[in-house]
Order: sequence, then C-alpha cells, then structure tokens
Amino acid sequence: MTSLQHVNPRVRGIRVSPQNVLQSLAEHITQEITQGAHKPFKEVIDVSSGDPHRAGMKPVSFVRQVLAVCLYPELLKDQSLPLDVKLRAQRLLEACDGGSVGSYSDSSGLLHVRQSIAEFITKRDAGVPSYAKNVFISSGSQKALMIIVRLLASGEGETQTGVLTPMPSPHTLPTLLDEAEVALVPYQLVEERGWAVHLEELHRAVTTARGHCQPRAIYISNPGNPTGHVQTRESMEEVIRFAAAEGLLLFVDEVYQDSMIGLDREFISYKRVLFEMGKEYAETVELVSSHSLSCTSIAECGQRAGYMEIVNMDPEVMHFVDTMLCTDVSTPITGQLALDLMVNPPKPGDPSYDTYTQNAQRAVELLNDLPGMSCQLAMGGIYLYPCLHLPSEFRQLAKMLEVEAHVLYCQKFLEEEGVLGGVGHDGGTASSHHVRLCVHVPPDTMEEVLTRLRSFHLRLMDGHCNSD
Amino acid sequence: MSQQAVNGVPCRGKVLTVDNMNPNVKRVEYAVRGPIVQRAVQIEKELREGVKKPFTEVIKANIGDAHAMGQKPITFLRQVLALCSYPELMEDNKFPEDAKKRAQRILGACGGHSIGAYSASQGIECIRQDVARYIEKRDGGIPSNPDNIYLSTGASDAIVTMLKLLVCGEGRDRTGVMISIPQYPLYSAALADLGAVQISYYLDEEKCWSLDVAELRRALNAARQHCNPRVLCIINPGNPTGQVQSRQCIEDVIRFAKEEHLFLMADEVYQDNVYAEGCKFHSFKKVLFEMGPEYSSTVEMASFHSTSKCYMGECGFRGGYMEVINMDPEVKTQLTKLVSVRLCPPVPGQALLDLVVNPPQPDEPSYATFMKERTAVLSALAEKARLTEQIFNAVPGITCNPVQGAMYTFPRITLPQKAIDKAKEEGKVPDMYYCMRLLEEEGICLVPGSGFGQREGTFHFRLVWLPASLLPPVHIQTSKSFNLMRFYVTTLYCLNPDD
Repeated sequence: MTSLQHVNPRVRGIRVSPQNVLQSLAEHITQEITQGAHKPFKEVIDVSSGDPHRAGMKPVSFVRQVLAVCLYPELLKDQSLPLDVKLRAQRLLEACDGGSVGSYSDSSGLLHVRQSIAEFITKRDAGVPSYAKNVFISSGSQKALMIIVRLLASGEGETQTGVLTPMPSPHTLPTLLDEAEVALVPYQLVEERGWAVHLEELHRAVTTARGHCQPRAIYISNPGNPTGHVQTRESMEEVIRFAAAEGLLLFVDEVYQDSMIGLDREFISYKRVLFEMGKEYAETVELVSSHSLSCTSIAECGQRAGYMEIVNMDPEVMHFVDTMLCTDVSTPITGQLALDLMVNPPKPGDPSYDTYTQNAQRAVELLNDLPGMSCQLAMGGIYLYPCLHLPSEFRQLAKMLEVEAHVLYCQKFLEEEGVLGGVGHDGGTASSHHVRLCVHVPPDTMEEVLTRLRSFHLRLMDGHCNSD
Repeated sequence: MSQQAVNGVPCRGKVLTVDNMNPNVKRVEYAVRGPIVQRAVQIEKELREGVKKPFTEVIKANIGDAHAMGQKPITFLRQVLALCSYPELMEDNKFPEDAKKRAQRILGACGGHSIGAYSASQGIECIRQDVARYIEKRDGGIPSNPDNIYLSTGASDAIVTMLKLLVCGEGRDRTGVMISIPQYPLYSAALADLGAVQISYYLDEEKCWSLDVAELRRALNAARQHCNPRVLCIINPGNPTGQVQSRQCIEDVIRFAKEEHLFLMADEVYQDNVYAEGCKFHSFKKVLFEMGPEYSSTVEMASFHSTSKCYMGECGFRGGYMEVINMDPEVKTQLTKLVSVRLCPPVPGQALLDLVVNPPQPDEPSYATFMKERTAVLSALAEKARLTEQIFNAVPGITCNPVQGAMYTFPRITLPQKAIDKAKEEGKVPDMYYCMRLLEEEGICLVPGSGFGQREGTFHFRLVWLPASLLPPVHIQTSKSFNLMRFYVTTLYCLNPDD
C-alpha cells in the first residue's frame, strides 16, 4: 500500500499555507449559512486574493460576446450582437486550427495571439521591439514562472539553485518554489519607504546565500504584489545592474501593469528600462517578464491564460521552454483568445480604474485612522497590505494557540465578521504582522469590508476578543 | 564567467545554458511535436511563400486533433458554453431550454456566477458530483465518491500530477514506473522530467497489441535489479496502437498489480472510441469491483478521462478528470495539497466536462439532435478505422493490426536494406528517415514509431486517420493515401529515380 513515506519528498516538502486552512474554513462557514446556521453576517466576503468576478465585478461584455461567438459560430448570424464583435470573432476563429476553439494550438500558443502580444508590447514600450518568437503563452503566469524555475533548478544542498524572493512576496510563490525544489532566498522590502527595493539588501541576501545554495535568479514583482509599490526607473536600473553583476536571471512579474492607483507614478516595463540602458545590458541580461489574463481589468481568472516574453536567453535553452509547454499540450484556446482581446481592446482605457483608485484611497485613509494599524499608500497592484501593531495579550494568545498572530487575526476576522483576508507573508519576522486586502471589488463591497474591519479591529484592540 | 568584449560590449557568459540547466528537463522529448512537425510547419511556410512542391498542402496526421482535421463540434455543448460565456444570451430563443438550464446550473456553481472566477483547486463541487454519478451509471451502479474526483487541465495534467506524487527514493530504491511499448510520449517525457525509472513492457504485435501478463512479469523482474517498481500505467483503448483490451486481460492486469503491490494508472481517454466487432470498453474500476472485495478494497488505482477525444474532440478546452481509488488518506492529503499549487483547472473546460457527463436526456429538447450528431461522429470514426486497416493491409511491406479503437494506427513497415543504409548515412533512425521523405515528397506528416517505442529492429509509424483528405472518397487512385502507398511501393522496390 502506498503510504506517506512513499510520497515524493518534493511534494511533501511543499509547505502548507495557512491561507489554505482559512480558505477551507471560509467554505465551511458558507456551507453552514446555506444550511440555515445563524451568523452575525449574511455572507462571507473573500478579499484574500484577486478574483474580481467572484467579488462581484461584471465581466467585460465585449470579451464575453466575442468568446460566445467563437464558441458557437452560429451566433455570427445573430442580429443582436454588434458588428465589431462578429468581425473580431471571425478573425480569431480564422487563427484557430480548423476554425474551432476545440483544437489544440502550438504549445507556445496561437501564432496570431503571440503576434498581437508582441505588437502590444512594442507599442507599450514606445517602440522597443518585441517578437512573437520570444512570446510564450501558458495556462496562467504561474505556469510560466514554474517553467523558468524548473529550467534553472539543479543541484542539492550547497549547490541547490536559489531564487532571490522579495519579502513580502505573492502568497502563492513560496509553494511554487517548494514544488520546483529550489531554495527561497529572501530579500526584505523596506516598509518605511513604501516597500521599496534596497540595493544593499539585495547584496546582503545574495552574499549570505552563497555557501548555502547557488543563487541563479532574482524574482521581483512590479507593481508589487502584495505591497502595491511601483518602482522608479532608477530602482529598476539598480536591479538590472545587480542581476548582471551577480549572474542572475531576472524574472519580473508584471501582471499588475494595468492596475495603477492614482497618478503619482507611471508603469514602465523592465524590458524598456533594460533596452534604454544601452547595449552592455540590453544585449546580455537574461530577462523574463510575465503578464496574465487574471490580473487586468478583464480579470478572467477562470480562463487560465498568461504569457511570458523571454529576452536574451540562450536559444538552445529556449527550445526547452517549448518542450516543457508540450506537457500541457496547449493553453486553453478561449483563454488565448481572451489574451488577444486583452492586449487589443476595442477602446482604450477603462472607467473601472477610477473605482479602484477610489477604493484604495478610501481604504488607506480608514486603515491609517485605526489604532494599531498602519498602511503604506499603494501606487499599483490590487492589494493593500496594512501592518498590524497587535497588543501583546493578543500575541500571547496566538503563541498559546500555536498559530502566528496574523493568522489568528484573519481567522477571528473571518469567524466574527465573515471577511476572509489574506495572511501576510513576512519571511517569518516575529515582530511584524500584515494582512492582505484586495481592493478590486465593487465599491459597496469595499465599504462593507471596511465597516466590518473597523468594527472587528476596534473590538480587538479594546481587548474584547470573543473567546473560542 | 569570462568577459570578452565584442564590438565594445562585454560578453558575460549566459546565466542559463544547456550545460547548467536542469539535467532532467534536458532528457524530455515529445515526438508528436518534435523535429518532423517542425519541418512540416516550415514546409507550410514555404508553400505560403510560393515555393513549388509536389503537393499543395501538408496533411498533418501527427496529432489526435479532431477539430483541426474537420470534425464538427457538438451543437449542444457549444450552445451551453456560449450561454455560460455571455449569459445575456439566455433571452435569445434560438437556444433550447435544456441548454439554458444547464448553463444556469453551472453558473450558479461559479464564483460571482462567472466562468471567469477561480474555482476550488480540486474542481467545482457540483461538477465533481456529476462526474461521480456518470461513473456510477457507466459502471452499472458501483459507487463513486465525488471526493475522489479531481478535475484537471486535460488528462495530461492529472497523469503528470500522479506520477509526480508517486516518484521517490534514490539509486536502487528509485520508483520504477511500468509503461507499454509503444506508448504515448507524455509518459516517457514525464518520467524523464521526474527522474523516475521507466520500466518498458512490450505489447504483443502478433496478437493485436494485446497485453500479456507474462511480459509484465518479465519486465518487472528485470527492473527489480535496479529500481523499486511501484506504478503500472496502461492506456486502454491504446495510443498509438488503438487496441482495446479484453476483459480477461484487464482482470489479469489487476491481479498482477495486487500481487506485485503496484499502483495502477488507467488512461481511459478513448473510452468512447471503440469500433471493432467483438470489442468493448471495460473500465478498470468496474472490473476491479466485480472481482470482489479482496481486490476492490485493496488495489490502488487512478483512472483518467478527458474532453479531448471520444465524440467531442474538444482538445482546446483542456477538460479532464481523474478518479482515485483506495488511496491512503495521508497520501490523498498530499495530492490535494499538490493540486492546490496550480490554483485551478480552466473553468470552461470544467463546464464542458459537466456537459459530457450530463448530456441531454431522452425527454429533453436537444436530445434528438445531440444523439444524431454523436452517432454521426462515432460512425464516421468507425468507418475511417475500417478503411485505414483495409488500405494499409493492401500494401506489400505494410502490416496493420485491426484498428479496434482510439484514432490511430501503428502499422509496421518493412524497409529495404538500401533505405536503412541511407538512413544511417544521414544519421537518422530508419523510420524517421522514411517519415521525413514522406513529408518532403508527399506532404504527409506522420510520427515515426521510434517516438513511441518499438521492438528493436522493427519500424513503425503512427498515423492519425482523422483527416478527411487522407482517405479515399471512392476512387483509390485519387486519394492521398494512394500516394502514401505509391511512395511506399517505390521505396520498397527502389523504383525511385533519385535513389
């Protein structure tokens, strides 16, 4: 009989994320409510991760209309659908093998979509050229990252590949690195400076890591997940120079490039910065940047599609990128078509971004007003990442219950107010605790979440924790 | 890293090279998308650019992609998916009531009533329940627990996940996984990537590619010298061979798995694609349970299905599931944790799967059309299977086993010594040489048998007989397959002036 000892140690080594435990609890509570149990709230609101449709945001009609026609081309005869929808659907169907979204595509993705993406990138980067052959479509940006990390993964013990990882990092990143069997080398982002990247900290991280593992890549998200920090050009150039000097592949997660909050800072892509630094860097630094269908205004998380653009990689190694994508055969076609619509929307700009800016600004104001809480202003991304300054009795209670304080905080918030926040990822620093709140939700949902949070937090700070 | 300046630009060595990349990934190969397909794509490009060739189009008979080869989607499935995508279409009376009802039910189970929301990583619960019910009905009432159902991104995702879960140990203790020769290259690729030991067992070409337990035993015993055999994979109906195993054979395999403590992985994605007289699909689970509690309560098994084949052919949706039987609860916890890392399978694929396991019933408005379309697809496939076998067996030097199921044929070719020598000269495996020449001269893209595995000294190719243009309408002389035969005959008798 197969037992635990026979399970792949790589799988056993994947850490259990406290978020998964809370997720199950949230599902359980929802189930109880459906079965008629009485709770102090009508429903559970999940703001722990970016799933705007689940939170009530409506899908973009144009996208869904085009996909519907692609799914059921009979609709081309439908009088009620707009002409531009039908024309677009026709063009996309022509790009599909056999004119059907039911066929496979090439493992790297439909050529037509990869070309659209390359054109989008070129335009976005003020003419810095992008080529379809360097664009690889995958089932979400996580998959893209997994492929690159797997390519790098080698060695064990002292020679095990290490990846420099920001603290805090996206909550899914540590488990991904565990599965890939690479060492997570943390570098601390600086909260007091709005979660900026500090070069000295990068140097410290890479120097102390050598001897324990072999650092071969640096991961960075910009706009930051979950911090919302958007780097300045100077900061990005520092990171590029650092990666070049230390022999690191640079993986940049740019999935929130669309989600800028306010007008204080503009998003510039790492690729553009790289190219504008001159040949010395532009032709040598190995850069992979990712984007995703899940993280833009169309937020089609369930369709599972994203892409990466690979720059300056050894062509022989690039061949293996395609090989690894072959395991999946191809990315879901409807997701690929949605990517085309994402990079090539019918009209530029989206009114919903004013909503998110308002949500974020309103929330930051309220959070900073609460005792025992402080929150950096987010410049981009979809999250706020407030810091909890928890009373010592609460921290002691957590210690007694053998959970981390911010996990206990989120658990009680869920049980008492029906809101699921995200547990912060702080690389184990005992003194700081954070929670992650998604602001890509309808404004009234945001208001509801803030009301419940305020109520809960004040109660807690007053020392009135509901006893278990 | 040495630094040399080239045009004034300092040359840092690359961080990631073929020499320092993951050694396991380097061993991964996929023949179905390998060099011959790359050449086919290049030739298509050349044709588009106006280069003159002895043919006007490349027939890609290398991958089991039904829609790419002209098969039409099933109306009902696409109607429901369109409604799920743009629910405003519910107002449209062009859509039948049963389609709307299905769409509403699916959307009700999605976050925010949208297929754009993430689902639970194991898959949408009510869909898993529907899958369990479908399995129960298929298997004559043998219970299926929705908790044992894991929805996946095509069957490939679930297969790789299981292999990843089960591979452990070092050196002589390293997990050995039994897989048939010939096999679908996903298995060998996954095993290479995972650094697992592949234990090959030969299917018997003389006996219609059937599985012989004596051969399983031989392979297992030999393997015990250098690894720890723990998993047995079987593809039924088979890929690339198309054989449908008999019930007796399945019982023998289950008995063998029990005796040798092997975890059984049953790839059953072609379960609807059975054509030959006297052949029937027997699900491994059904047979297992009918063998009594001594087996049904102990043999560990995972069976796989997908939306890519059968009558649907919806490869592009990446819909699939696996059912796990008798898995240790702690192991199952690890499995659940592993699937959560990849977030969730594509929701449109999950929705499609729901329709496949929950098709229109006789009392529903779409039933008649649905059954008509389904029957038409399956009978067209059966006809092509029959014709393929007939045509190939008419050619001297090609022997083709009866095409019992799936969508492939794996004929054996006897190559003349001259051709084998020529291949060696060009540094190619003989069947690759044959397939490359077929591609260059006739514009037909097949996959050489070496990509799937075959007995030493034998040569095969896998042909996907789906393309409408590959088989003759009426006059054999006008068909591409005649060209295939002609090519073969000329090679065989060296009548080719270029030889």
